[in-house]
Amino acid sequence: MRFLLTDEQSDFARTVRSLLGSARVPPAVRAWADGDAGPGRALWARLAETGLFALAVPEAYEGVGPLPLELSLGFVELGRAGVPGPVVESAAAAVLLTELADEALAKRFLPGLAQGEASATLTLPGGSPYALDADAATYCFTVSAAGELRLAAGRGKVLGSTDPARRLSLPPAGGGELLAAGPAVARAAEVAGRWARLLTAAQCLGVGEALLARTVEYAKQRTQFGTPIGSFQAVKHRLADTLLDLEFARPLVWAAALSPGPGEVAAAKLAAGEASYRAAMTALQLHGAVGYTEELDLSLWLRKARPLRDAWGTPSACRAEVLRSLTPRRR
Amino acid sequence: MELTHTADVEAFRTEARDWLRAHVPARPLPSLETAEGFAAHREWEARLHADRWSVVSWPEEYGGRGVDLARWLVFEEEYWAAGAPGRVSQNGINLLAPTLFDHANAEQRARVLPSMASGEVIWAQAWSEPGSGSDLASLTSRAVRTEGGWLLSGQKTWSSRAAFADRAFGIFRSDPDTPKPHQGLTYLMFDLRAPGVTVRPIGRLDGKPAFAELFLDEVFVPDQDVIGEPGQGWRIAMSTTGNERGLTLRSPGRFLAAADRLVGLWHAQGDPSDGALRDRVADAVVGARAYELFTWANASRFAAGETIGAESSLNKVFWSQYDIALHETALDLLGADAELAEGEWAEPWVFSLAGPIYAGTNEIQRDIIAERLLGLPKGRR
Ligand SMILES: Cc1cc2nc3c(=O)[nH]c(=O)nc-3n(C[C@H](O)[C@H](O)[C@H](O)COP(=O)(O)OP(=O)(O)OC[C@H]3O[C@@H](n4cnc5c(N)ncnc54)[C@H](O)[C@@H]3O)c2cc1C
Repeated sequence: MRFLLTDEQSDFARTVRSLLGSARVPPAVRAWADGDAGPGRALWARLAETGLFALAVPEAYEGVGPLPLELSLGFVELGRAGVPGPVVESAAAAVLLTELADEALAKRFLPGLAQGEASATLTLPGGSPYALDADAATYCFTVSAAGELRLAAGRGKVLGSTDPARRLSLPPAGGGELLAAGPAVARAAEVAGRWARLLTAAQCLGVGEALLARTVEYAKQRTQFGTPIGSFQAVKHRLADTLLDLEFARPLVWAAALSPGPGEVAAAKLAAGEASYRAAMTALQLHGAVGYTEELDLSLWLRKARPLRDAWGTPSACRAEVLRSLTPRRR
Repeated sequence: MELTHTADVEAFRTEARDWLRAHVPARPLPSLETAEGFAAHREWEARLHADRWSVVSWPEEYGGRGVDLARWLVFEEEYWAAGAPGRVSQNGINLLAPTLFDHANAEQRARVLPSMASGEVIWAQAWSEPGSGSDLASLTSRAVRTEGGWLLSGQKTWSSRAAFADRAFGIFRSDPDTPKPHQGLTYLMFDLRAPGVTVRPIGRLDGKPAFAELFLDEVFVPDQDVIGEPGQGWRIAMSTTGNERGLTLRSPGRFLAAADRLVGLWHAQGDPSDGALRDRVADAVVGARAYELFTWANASRFAAGETIGAESSLNKVFWSQYDIALHETALDLLGADAELAEGEWAEPWVFSLAGPIYAGTNEIQRDIIAERLLGLPKGRR
């Protein structure tokens, strides 16, 4: 077993990271929260150039995938940079359409998603009823409990999220174009849901890493009692624990990307989601009151951590899945 | 030791409950962290005051009922259980008023307290500065002597609701040449609309605009607004921080009511097969009871003439952690709806997150507990 990234994989992650590092992401997030998706879309267009969106789409439809590990590495970077928009949902929609193996549907939607020209949001049975960023996405897909895949007509009213950059809405019930129906849809939705969970886990990891990095920097610079607060043991220990949480979530995310069974994916989501939420609590506490203001860019990650922890599988749902996936050993 | 109240305390409870039942607004007021909500809450303060429920523990001459601590605690229980609005006057009532009772002169008390009780004047706390949070004594805002008073200059920050409040109280460096930072500080009250004051709102984590920073440029404060002796500001301020950390800022009634609402939520949408969540709801109930009993033990000590010092740090750490745990449990019960910003639990959750930061961070409180209550050696600071 060689449980390490290849050079190509590391290079890809670095490319995405440096692209996002030089892009002005925080203003795009704030604009997104205000309902102006322009700067966010421009960011997506630049991301498309790295091939990120093509990783979820098979070669037959202008993609290069599916490559879950590379995709996960990319999503860690999306989280680290705080990129807004239905990134997870777009990839999961691509997976759904790929799994359906309906030539006409695949041709109609996949090339655009692979190129990043189109984006999608989607709701699945058992997931949240709220569609993310339906007002900004090109397509709003819904799968009903009865296994009907539809392209929603119109967008529901935007409901505020505790993360203003996540724009939620209830897709209009029924109606819209019926794209497919039946057990194949339900099966494809199950796989898409698992990918959504995996990529959200990866995003959580990136969010947690960004929170930790910013907080470490702050703790070195902020002085109280004439000394950097990072020299206080209480501060050091919280930061050390945050690193522990994240470093032990990372291998679970990689493993789930390599072997995306329900149990592995749930374990990754559980660990990464909890690690990033705890990182947020630590970041807030160690920044003190400035951390509690929306002006500081830190808030963009702080506010993401909790919704992402719960999106596409709450910790409780993930724990249940982990246990379900274990086959009892016979004695 | 006993767990029941006397008949006259219970009679007081009934009187409070009846009044609250008749007067608490049927629908929740808008958030007191917004301009609209602030105004609505100010009206509510006036309503409370009209029937002398705004400051029940104060002497009657200032608008109170002169009740003892036991009755105050019972009133708080009823207040929060009735779902009554948050107190927009709380910084004045909980922080400035005790300072005035202990350190101000009769003229100041007569001038300041009645308008505080009625909500006519709402007070903001102007202690923190950008460079001086946990290390408050390092503050650099100045009070310079002038004819008939003082001129305040410098910057204060993170002042809760100062964007909409009327007046503020804070400590200022009046003698820059003392050997220790805790010396040479003076405690003053000033008008947030006085010439030289600029109030800049800062959006909180949820974007609500009532937080503010204050820029002070030679703001004149007459001598009559100095509390206690000039130069004694630190001692005066510290004599009242116990109120902030201890039971007056966060009375058990608040948590009893919140735990009650949580149990209601559990019954409405808890999944009986989810043992972990059920356990956390139970923990919230037990935690509220523990805090209630801990408080009654302290109140009994007060009544017996004892004082409580560093023990208030125990309160602070307990309630702030408890508050977060309770609200996180509610969010977990709500599932996908937890994310909705307009939900009933979203703002209280966001507010709970600040608990371990304000009123002295929990790291600082743990140091106080370790050093003063456990007698451990003082760390490097
Ligand atoms: C919601 C809210 C409302 C507030 N309202 C008011 C108000 O009305 N008026 C007002 O004056 N102020 C107010 N404050 C400010 C509050 O009092 C300060 O935030 C607090 O004193 C901490 O200071 P700081 O934010 O500068 O953090 P810092 O002191 O910079 O601390 C940063 C981190 O370092 C840690 N740290 C610092 N020193 C030590 C040490 N010696 N050992 C271990 N750890 C340490 C802290 O615990 C914290 O985790 C409010 C703050 C919040 C969040």
